[in-house]
Amino acid sequence: MSDTTYIIRSAKILGGDAADLVLRDGIIAEITAPGVASHDGAIEVDAAGLVALPGLVDLHTHLREPGREDAETVESGTRAAAAGGFTAVFAMANTDPVADTAGTVEQVWRLGHEAGYADVQPVGAVTIGLGGEQLAELGAMATSAAQVRVFSDDGTCVHDAVIMRRALEYVKAFDGVIAQHAQEPRLTEDAQMNEGALSGILGLRGWPAVAEEAIIARDVLLAEHVGSRLHVCHVSTAGSVEIVRTAKARGVDVTAEVTPHHLLLTEDLVSSYDPVFKVNPPLRSKADVEALRAGLADGTIDIVATDHAPHPVEDKDCEWSAAAMGMLGLETALGVVAEAMVATGLLDWAGVADRMSVRPARIGRLEGHGRPIAVGEPANLVLLDPARRRTVTASELQSRSPNTPYAGRTLPVTVVATFLRGRATVLDGAVVTAVHA
Amino acid sequence: MVNLFFEDSTRTRISFEAAAKRLSADVINFSAKGSSVSKGESLKDTALTLEAMGADAVVIRHGSSGAPHRLAHSGWIGGSVVNAGDGTHEHPTQALLDAFTMRRHLAGGTGDLEGRRVTIVGDVLHSRVARSNVLLLATLGAEVTLVAPPTLLPVGVETWPCATSYDLDSHLTKADAVMMLRVQRERMNAAFFPSAREYSRRYGLDGRRMAQLPDHAIVMHPGPMNRGMEIAAEVADAPRSVIVEQVTNGVSVRMAVLYLLLGGAQLGAPGDSLDTAAEA
Repeated sequence: MSDTTYIIRSAKILGGDAADLVLRDGIIAEITAPGVASHDGAIEVDAAGLVALPGLVDLHTHLREPGREDAETVESGTRAAAAGGFTAVFAMANTDPVADTAGTVEQVWRLGHEAGYADVQPVGAVTIGLGGEQLAELGAMATSAAQVRVFSDDGTCVHDAVIMRRALEYVKAFDGVIAQHAQEPRLTEDAQMNEGALSGILGLRGWPAVAEEAIIARDVLLAEHVGSRLHVCHVSTAGSVEIVRTAKARGVDVTAEVTPHHLLLTEDLVSSYDPVFKVNPPLRSKADVEALRAGLADGTIDIVATDHAPHPVEDKDCEWSAAAMGMLGLETALGVVAEAMVATGLLDWAGVADRMSVRPARIGRLEGHGRPIAVGEPANLVLLDPARRRTVTASELQSRSPNTPYAGRTLPVTVVATFLRGRATVLDGAVVTAVHA
Repeated sequence: MVNLFFEDSTRTRISFEAAAKRLSADVINFSAKGSSVSKGESLKDTALTLEAMGADAVVIRHGSSGAPHRLAHSGWIGGSVVNAGDGTHEHPTQALLDAFTMRRHLAGGTGDLEGRRVTIVGDVLHSRVARSNVLLLATLGAEVTLVAPPTLLPVGVETWPCATSYDLDSHLTKADAVMMLRVQRERMNAAFFPSAREYSRRYGLDGRRMAQLPDHAIVMHPGPMNRGMEIAAEVADAPRSVIVEQVTNGVSVRMAVLYLLLGGAQLGAPGDSLDTAAEA
């Protein structure tokens, strides 16, 4: 909550008509015709030409704390989130220790609360230590202060069919969802890049599409069989899109996400052997990118999730096979989606709000986010300039790690301001230094 | 010149060393095997160390595909980089010496290999020798056929400038050169083939198969050989086997490589690598 009242002048709500927005006491207090709103002592934000969207929600973020604070902390990661226009992030469980107990998820939740840049909603591990063998105390995490609803062993796949079945069934008791990292482990041992003609030429062990698709196919059948909710993380192949599309048509309660990088980048970047392009699942072909864009546009893929994966410089400044997998995403997600989906005419801004805020909040059962921009709603907003291009520079990012694959690339939009319950976390394009002031 | 070997290698390392010494270069052998530092750190830090010592050329053998490319393009060192074999990617000087050997036997020592039929047999999937040879031999006009069980051919091999086959016998009578690749016995543990014996029976070059080759055809192997596995002893030691000559030619070819890079010949700016040249 904030004592400050903001008047946002002439913002185009979801890219539509311009209006003034008054943010007071953590909510959107008034919406008026442009130039009409007034309030004593309010801070005015000139939003002429800017687009207002509900604050973005990332269902798939690696904040690395506890355990790898050299890569990212809850504070630095949520600063990055705010800079990217996010007001809530789901923190993945593959920390050290793994977030597989009520104590650990509460710690992460509390760190997020203290940092104040974005709401941090912890994801709980499905199995103890991500070991894939014994269920973690899912109920304890669900009833903890963190109120965990999304469970995932992300980083590894819940490959045992019985464990997956039981997890899908068990979380029904508290309306949870299993977010599956779909990767058949035996087909991807020591896999380095997408399996195809290029992996053969480069001499890098292939990560075949079938290793992802086989797990998704199995899991949608399991979810159908036990009547559970399934979420598929970072779908990366055309075949996966088709499986999800078919499952949805059969009425399976499945949702899916795609990362920004899989919407824009392709495997030919691997030819540089620069590990900044090493990611799991790997960058795929142009045909896959096209299918993912089409799937996101038609709603087969429900959401964009960043899979923001910070790694310190030494984990990327090495030869390909020794490098860690993963790339930054929070601060570039909106720009990448604008380039891949908006500039191509596949989504309008309302569609972006739906895929990056409304639906991820709904899948994660996160209240107060992904709400309409309307009077009385929580004042979680992002203002973006659709006409101001921005060149990505690794050293200017909020993240503690520099592993952005977009360094030097120019993206079409700039985040101008982010508001978390009426409090500015980003203003004039800069992260606010003292969010509690 | 520094021999920077992150992987075991006897013949390639000694071959480069002999080549350098015949050209009167100073040679330092650096074996990174057994280093306790993680691989990534050691490549960069080793490179910085060698740079600080003023190495003019680094000959690198590394288990990670692309490591020489990374070394040449990372800005870690300014000297020349020669790829002495990287992972399952490429082994350019091996291809150069193989082509040199073929030209001597099949093209009178001059000209290209237009129309010569070269059959490469074995574990193509894991072979850097096969990759470099396909690129170079196809460039020289040879008709290359890769023969292997389907499990040991890479996905996408149909896009390579060569033909492929699963059947060795049908390619012997018209081959001008047969190159046998080393096959690790352990591959059967990952189900690439059922047993060493079955592999040997289907894809090994024994005396009976050798007898089907044309009289002028040569038998090659990059070494080290598994006698009795991919190649029978009687074949390895036969008159048409040029395996030992390949080693001799390797020294000459590597002398040429080092001379072009370091002997004042203007190939390009420092930092250019044969790795790049071979990939281009």
